[in-house]
Amino acid sequence: MTALPPRASSLPLLAVTGLEQSFGGVMALAGVSFQVAEGLIYAVIGPNGAGKTTLFNALCGFYQPSAGSIRFADRELLGLPPYRIAARGVARTFQNLQLFFNMTVIENVMVGCHLRAKTHLFAAALRLPGIRRQEHQLRAWAMEALELCELADRAGQPASALPYGLMKRVEIARALAAKPRLLLLDEPAAGLNDTETLALRDLIARIRDSGVTVLLVEHHMPLVMGVSDRLLVLDYGSVLAEGTPADIQNDARVVAAYLGGAVSYAV
Amino acid sequence: MRLAGFYAFAAAVALLPALFPDNYFVVVIGASAGLNVILAVGLNLLMGYAGQISLGHAAFFGVGAYASAILTTRFGWPSLLALAAGLLAAGLLAWGFARPILRLRGHYLAMATLGFGVIAHVVMVQATHWTGGPDGLAGIPPLNVLGWRVEGDLQWYGVIMAAMLLAVWLSLNLVDSQVGRALRAVHGSEFAAQMMGVDTARAKTQAFVVSALFAAFAGSLFAHQQAFVSPDSFNLAVSVELVTMVVLGGLASTFGAVCGAIALTLLQQGLVVFEDYEMLVHGALLMAVMIFMPQGLFVGLTQAVRRLGSALVGSKPPAAA
Amino acid sequence: MPEQLFQFLVTGITIGSLYALVGLGFALIYNASDVVNFAQGEFVMLGAMTAIALLNAGLPLLVAAVIATLLTVGVGLLLERFAIEPAAGASVVTTIIITIGAAIFLRGVALLLWGKDFHSLKPFSGDAPIQIGGATVLPQSLWVLGVTVVLVALVRAFFNRTLLGKALLACAFNRTAAQAVGINVKVMLRLAYGLSAGLGALAGILIAPITFSSYEAGVMLGLKGFSAAIVGGIGNPMGAVAGGVLLGVLEALGAGLVSSGYKDAIAFLFVLMVLFFEPTGLFGHKASERV
Ligand SMILES: Nc1ncnc2c1ncn2[C@@H]1O[C@H](COP(=O)(O)OP(=O)(O)O)[C@@H](O)[C@H]1O
Ligand SMILES: [Mg+2]
Repeated sequence: MTALPPRASSLPLLAVTGLEQSFGGVMALAGVSFQVAEGLIYAVIGPNGAGKTTLFNALCGFYQPSAGSIRFADRELLGLPPYRIAARGVARTFQNLQLFFNMTVIENVMVGCHLRAKTHLFAAALRLPGIRRQEHQLRAWAMEALELCELADRAGQPASALPYGLMKRVEIARALAAKPRLLLLDEPAAGLNDTETLALRDLIARIRDSGVTVLLVEHHMPLVMGVSDRLLVLDYGSVLAEGTPADIQNDARVVAAYLGGAVSYAV
Repeated sequence: MRLAGFYAFAAAVALLPALFPDNYFVVVIGASAGLNVILAVGLNLLMGYAGQISLGHAAFFGVGAYASAILTTRFGWPSLLALAAGLLAAGLLAWGFARPILRLRGHYLAMATLGFGVIAHVVMVQATHWTGGPDGLAGIPPLNVLGWRVEGDLQWYGVIMAAMLLAVWLSLNLVDSQVGRALRAVHGSEFAAQMMGVDTARAKTQAFVVSALFAAFAGSLFAHQQAFVSPDSFNLAVSVELVTMVVLGGLASTFGAVCGAIALTLLQQGLVVFEDYEMLVHGALLMAVMIFMPQGLFVGLTQAVRRLGSALVGSKPPAAA
Repeated sequence: MPEQLFQFLVTGITIGSLYALVGLGFALIYNASDVVNFAQGEFVMLGAMTAIALLNAGLPLLVAAVIATLLTVGVGLLLERFAIEPAAGASVVTTIIITIGAAIFLRGVALLLWGKDFHSLKPFSGDAPIQIGGATVLPQSLWVLGVTVVLVALVRAFFNRTLLGKALLACAFNRTAAQAVGINVKVMLRLAYGLSAGLGALAGILIAPITFSSYEAGVMLGLKGFSAAIVGGIGNPMGAVAGGVLLGVLEALGAGLVSSGYKDAIAFLFVLMVLFFEPTGLFGHKASERV
């Protein structure tokens, strides 16, 4: 998973077709289709309840969509449990923090490295010689991710002791530690102040530049318009529009339904 | 020094009989505390670290004990082989049971493990042909470790303490490894753990099996040490006592479980004279600890000491171990 | 054979009625506070033992029963006030252990008050068996059935017809919202504990003439009540009643057709099967989890 094979640029990394998911009577996803090329920041926007988180949950295998397909790197993800999808190279953060509050920051991120090393139960219990080396390696990988997210000085602290903004960043570090090809960020700027949001913008750009494709759900329009390469607009579980930030800002339907008036998003 | 606490504990265990030679209290109560420590440390892996409650853990303790008792008395198996068979039986039982049971959460899991424990106890009482029924099985031969027959209180103290230290060491290693972190991740957030590639069903199963193995190991030793087993040692009340030990010391702390086990053993010994009050005190203690110090006595006290220490030194508290 | 089956059915429904009452108590408390009260069985034991003690002290049955029920309600309120309230917001494991502690504590109190002996109550209307069809029915079984039906109907009416009952339901549904519309959640909690303690005590008084009572009598009854609540779908009061009756019948059939020694194992095996294949209970409703 570490060395990315070169890919024909015509083949999208992620191709979602006709995805449907309903809860009781609510159609949370009513046939969503879109494609994401590798190496882009691809934003998904839409009002609350539009189905953005549901889309993420379906992509990650937490829900079983009733129809459609999710092809990732030309292989089907639909029907796989989350941990197998993770093994294919998908990582994510959560809208509602899902940190391991019973662990330290670095331990959180070390769990992120879970798929990059195999430890046998008995080897671990007996602390066989290889384990020491492996722990060392995991720690180094975790530190790398923490440094990228500017969290290195917090490594030893309990995750529960961090301020909210940093907790959200630990989630990103944890996801990055998995060395994913596709990173899903669900409202990473929610609850952040302006300085933190700006730092987040740089971080997301850095992540893209390191070769990771980013799928970004976010309400903070300046951030979204400033950082993404393409956007998908969802409304009531359907695709309202798709295109570059400029396309979207000029789309009359989107402006009417969501952006609410002529606003310029130069950042 | 990852294992500093462990070495200190091992030294204390070794020194006790030397400091108090021929002391019944030290060797006999010590041995019984040692068995409880093995049970509690194992259960803590499941309850404290993986966050899965079990109200039927005495069943696995019983499986180990009855395997040793039946195989040595009825079939003349060597005791170590019987012990291994007990471990295998408990491990397989736990493994087969883990998948369906560990899909459940909270109260449902409590009910399922409880039901499992009750069923196991009923079988011990009813399968008279094998288990001797309510009267139990007597005449279990002494443990024979490669020709050495373990006899006498002091020898038993040594064997059980060695087994206990092994259990504590294994637990400390496990928790501080990738396997242990995966377990704790399941407890912290099952969704996030899955998303980081942890097969949570497998992780929980591992915790369940390992804690069953610890219990069966303690059970085999118990059977040989007592030379007698009966269903009363493996009923619901015992399962609840095991849970008490784990929460008394503090969930998700190996030494918490150690302290909880020792504390409850001593308390029970202390209350032997006031037998009728035992329940009252046991119940009151359980409620009081859970209400006023839900993180457990050991964990709560170490945190308090650490806070006090850092207040005196005036520095930031270090990360929790 | 058919007569025998009928006999098992009668026994099963009698004992199942008790499980139903205990299970109903579980459901009430669970609804109001998200707590599974492992001391529910001890309410049953306290009701029975207190009634027996009062009767032995020379009080007439009805008076003894009323006082015993009221005393147990008091215990339920104390439990809520001093063990549940201080731990509000605690984890599931914590509350489970608190109520287990309470159960052991109450057992300890009973042991000190009444010793380890078994005690029994005189049947309410004699013990001359009545023949119904091919089955022999004890008059006390009819008492159990009759009172259970009345109590369940009363609880139903309470929830469906009275403002107080509806307020309690509202609390179960959404505590914050209930608080917002001016329902005193604390009072509702106490109401739930008092009500289930009362139901438990009445169950205990009803069963005391059939099975002997001792300080430990509540353990199994409590577990079976919990099972009934689980089978019925935790938090569904009428589901718990149905689950209780089902469990009782199954157990009686198991005891009669397989082996009486294994009857508890059969009951719990059934509960496990329900949990494995229909984890939200036979009469529960499903909810999907959110990430
Ligand atoms: N687990 C669930 N159970 C029931 N309804 C759900 C669930 N998850 C989402 N929904 C519903 O699906 C719709 C889309 O929700 P969501 O994807 O969270 O929206 P967004 O993230 O765009 O704000 C909403 O109407 C929401 O209530
Ligand atoms: Mg959302």
